[in-house]
Amino acid sequence: MEPLSTLEIAGRIIYQLSPVWFSLAILFAASIGFKRRLGLYGKLFDSPIGMIGFGLVMFWVFTGIYGAMDMIITHDPLTQVSGMKNKVPGTPMSGASEADYPYYLLGGDNLARDVFSRLVKGAWEVIKIAPMAAVFAFMVGITLGLPAGYYGGRLDTTLSFAANLILAFPVILLFYLLVTPEIVATGVPNYMAIVLFIFPIVFVGVLLNSRYYTRPKVRNLVLPLILGIIIWFYLQLVSNGGYLINTPAYSIPGLPRVMDFFDIPGGILVVFVSVVFVNSPTVFRIVRGLTLDIKTRDYVAAAQTRGEGPWYIMLWEILPNARGPLIVDFCLRIGYTTILLGTLGFFGLGLPPESPDWGSTINDGRKLLSIYLHPALPPAFALLTLVLGLNLLADGLREESLKD
Amino acid sequence: MGLFILRRSGVMLLTALCLTFIVFFLTNLYPNLEKLAKTQGNFRMSDEAVASWLDANGYGGSMVSKYGQWLGVLPGWTRETEKGFTGRCMNGPVSAEVAAEAPTFCGILQGDWGYSTRFKDDVSTIIAERLGNTGRLMFWVLVLMVPSALIIGVLAGMREGSVTDRSLSTASILTTATPEYVSGVIFIAVFTSSTVGLKWFKGTATSAMDNPTFENFFLPVLTIALYGMGYIARMTRASMTEVMTAQYIRTARLKGVSFHNIVLKHALRNALIAPFTVIMLQFPWLLNGVVIVETLFNYKGFGWILVEAAGNNDIELLLAVSVVSVFVVLVTQLISDIGYVYLNPRIRIS
Repeated sequence: MEPLSTLEIAGRIIYQLSPVWFSLAILFAASIGFKRRLGLYGKLFDSPIGMIGFGLVMFWVFTGIYGAMDMIITHDPLTQVSGMKNKVPGTPMSGASEADYPYYLLGGDNLARDVFSRLVKGAWEVIKIAPMAAVFAFMVGITLGLPAGYYGGRLDTTLSFAANLILAFPVILLFYLLVTPEIVATGVPNYMAIVLFIFPIVFVGVLLNSRYYTRPKVRNLVLPLILGIIIWFYLQLVSNGGYLINTPAYSIPGLPRVMDFFDIPGGILVVFVSVVFVNSPTVFRIVRGLTLDIKTRDYVAAAQTRGEGPWYIMLWEILPNARGPLIVDFCLRIGYTTILLGTLGFFGLGLPPESPDWGSTINDGRKLLSIYLHPALPPAFALLTLVLGLNLLADGLREESLKD
Repeated sequence: MGLFILRRSGVMLLTALCLTFIVFFLTNLYPNLEKLAKTQGNFRMSDEAVASWLDANGYGGSMVSKYGQWLGVLPGWTRETEKGFTGRCMNGPVSAEVAAEAPTFCGILQGDWGYSTRFKDDVSTIIAERLGNTGRLMFWVLVLMVPSALIIGVLAGMREGSVTDRSLSTASILTTATPEYVSGVIFIAVFTSSTVGLKWFKGTATSAMDNPTFENFFLPVLTIALYGMGYIARMTRASMTEVMTAQYIRTARLKGVSFHNIVLKHALRNALIAPFTVIMLQFPWLLNGVVIVETLFNYKGFGWILVEAAGNNDIELLLAVSVVSVFVVLVTQLISDIGYVYLNPRIRIS
């Protein structure tokens, strides 16, 4: 078979991505159709920058999701095919059977794996970690930042000192210290996970309690139910194979295996925990600053006069009014988390060596960069467009939320 | 003012102590020590051999006492072996007389930064040499980054919403969205590879350590500068647009001052206060960029020894690296606070 021309490669990739185009078209049609009823999200479709950003982000989200369902990929991202090492894009697959896709669309890497499939799978690696890590960082930052800004005093001093302490660390040094197999063996990441993942429980618990404590009937029904489910998830998250901490020296038993439906491998957990750990001090500082500003407003004084509790004021008066900057920062934070994950992959930390994530792929590809460009450039551009999309989205949101 | 600097220095010292203790704690966890013993001794050591190696080389004992020895507030360890005396303050096995004359305390308070197990050399000489390399890199990064970022920001913020503003703002968003390992890879691919065929620059900066030229040094400098540039430019733009809507600018315009003069004489100085803080606070990020770029371009500077020390669990080198980087971060924060007061006479510290 003849190698494909550039135009044919582009055509085949576009065809291969058709589920993504289809989903994007539906999403945009629906959103533009109902944009007047969708609040801030709908207003996004008034700004071209925001729309481009949202489009780029959703493109990678759909690619990641469909890639995880094995829909877009042409080959297995880990299989090595002999004769395909470092082959240029569009090379026909050697020894392809009837069932195989006949070409390596973006060529083969230095281990003769399909670059296109690894790229698509790599999108899923980012999509499954980055937004969740940003959510957790926000939970930690909000739960600590609100009281620090609202009460001030010694609590504020202590927490701000701790936040500045973490921020003074060079991120890469911290990663090199935390994300190693030796540290995983000591159980340090598990302890950090146990502490960091408590914050969402505290957050939701206080949120609901402060809202419903005047109506004990509702609260006694809602609070135990929701908290029970969250705590169950928390225990599933932090306990692996029946243990909270499992080191050669000692172990602490956790949730029994029967009730534990998913385990997180130590490598992923430590990556997740360190990314949350690095991001939360920045969120803390932003939330604290916003709280300091908002607590001087009249409606806070009105709530204090009504006799509302401090947590009600923080979570139901201050937090909703700080949402604009926080939503914008949330988008930027996902982008930053993506960059951090890429950095981890680039230094070969945490994720398994054959993992298709973009950072590792760039690192693998850069060694042969003077001869073969195709293994390193697609993941580099993928990471660039996703982060760019998130930045543009944040910019669009900022512009639209300022218009109110 | 004096009191303010004094208090900030106290907080700095406390931060540095906490941070070094955290680094010390993490590097001295048993699996890390075991790895160190096996790389220094041999890989098939039994558990007992590891334990005795650790004890003989002063890695035994409690975490706090070892940290105290490193700081120089506790007496350094000594052991008596068949070859003679060994200890923290001695170089190799020495006789009893020499051992008796060796100082009791030798930590960083005494100016002794320890010995690097990876490079087999004194930590202070390694750090001094590598820091010089990185200093040169950083100097050129700042020379390239700061003026261009300020010019881009001022040009964009001068007329908000114009075509110049739109295109420059999008360009700065693009650079902030491009981490060093992405832009570096793209630059190497475009400007150095034989596939594209431009071959304007060199893909490694190894030769730049002795003989920096435009050809081998420009790409690493550009790669670090680009990532920080966008952020500073956006901050300058925001500050500039704010100044341009101020009352006194409108007054100047109504008086008939030319646009050229308004920008240069009335707006510029006020608009540059905020970017100054931002530039100072960019230093921690530049440090990250340095690590990535030095790895990517194989330039053996401060970032490169960080990677080497962390990869080989070289405890004392790693501690020295963290002391230096924490110092850089905190001092730049202090400078940004003090400089802000000088630039903006409306603010007084009291």
